[in-house]
Amino acid sequence: MLGALIIVFREVIEAGLIVGIVLAVTKGIRHNGRWVALGVAAGVAGASLVAIFAGVIADALEGAGQEIFNAAILGVAVVMLAWHNIWMARHGRELAMEMRTYGEEVKAGSRSLAALAVVVAVAVMREGSEVALFLYGLAASAKDSGFDLLIGSGLGLLAGVAVTAVTFLGLIVIPSRYLFSITSVLITFLAAGLAAQSVVFLQQAGFVTALQDSAWDTSRFLSDTSLIGRVFHTLIGYSDQPSQMQVAVYCVTLGVIFTLSKVFAPHQQPKRPVPVLAE
Amino acid sequence: MSRPNALFAGLVSLFVAMGFTCSAAAVADDAVTVKLTLKDHKFSPAEPAVPAGKPITIEVTNADPTPAEFESKTLRVEKVVVGGGKITLQVRPLTAGRYRFYDEEHENTTEGFLVVN
Repeated sequence: MLGALIIVFREVIEAGLIVGIVLAVTKGIRHNGRWVALGVAAGVAGASLVAIFAGVIADALEGAGQEIFNAAILGVAVVMLAWHNIWMARHGRELAMEMRTYGEEVKAGSRSLAALAVVVAVAVMREGSEVALFLYGLAASAKDSGFDLLIGSGLGLLAGVAVTAVTFLGLIVIPSRYLFSITSVLITFLAAGLAAQSVVFLQQAGFVTALQDSAWDTSRFLSDTSLIGRVFHTLIGYSDQPSQMQVAVYCVTLGVIFTLSKVFAPHQQPKRPVPVLAE
Repeated sequence: MSRPNALFAGLVSLFVAMGFTCSAAAVADDAVTVKLTLKDHKFSPAEPAVPAGKPITIEVTNADPTPAEFESKTLRVEKVVVGGGKITLQVRPLTAGRYRFYDEEHENTTEGFLVVN
């Protein structure tokens, strides 16, 4: 039971954090819960498919299928986050004002929600497929009864939901005036971290061979497999032994998103400060 | 609305470009191949030796019926290998030392070392 709990919890931390952030970012936009739920459901369905076809995926593309698949879905998440951030920099204020005035769903707002739902789906799918595989392994090794396994994974899942709740509640206590700026920064770092992770898969497949030496080794101070290390790994892409290429891609992603958000932001500021997301 | 769409397309192509401009040949010609087998949750050989300074190809065959995840922090790899399956992965040229690898599912009991001389 403990084995299942630990495995499930370890895997759901990342997805839990991301769902919490997305819920906080979209707070006040109509139907945000529905979109996030849709993302989670799609992620679970995707995870089951990935687990079932794990062998087929691994054998695809001359053995590099798993890496290309992982790098590609991480890439999708990075693009969705970047697009959301840049789009919000441009339309966030008007969106908030319109919603405050009419209290209606803004069509364009749901498009941004869809992008974030994809991010949720990708996060759940990546973590979920490993959970499914490992639970299958535990079940097959028959040390635990099916019931114990079920209880253990249920508790692990609950712990993941708790991570979501803590993240969400921690973010929404921030006054909505600052929430927009803070979540923008958070999403930018999240995207850069995911981009750096995708580099690992491309290196492992042998597609990226430049700058492969470690940039630093901080595993003694903060291992990225520890609980705190995992949280930082998800939030800002912390890695205790990244390759130089990972660091380069991380910096480029940060730079691109920050720059484009600035370029696309409206130039004149409103005279009165307006809360950015509706209460 | 056309601007965000153009922006979206731009971001996609940018990412694709980032991914592939730094691409090189998938497997270097002088790569050394290491073959590992996972049986009863033990790696054999448990301490394969490879020369320093050469790219390494690692093949892991899982002779167990259960899935495993071949992982190493120092080699910077992680890859699922299903029960009865086989995977291949590429590792950068290494400096001399001992590099620990393990099955993530049984991290404390199923481990081995890549010995680089």
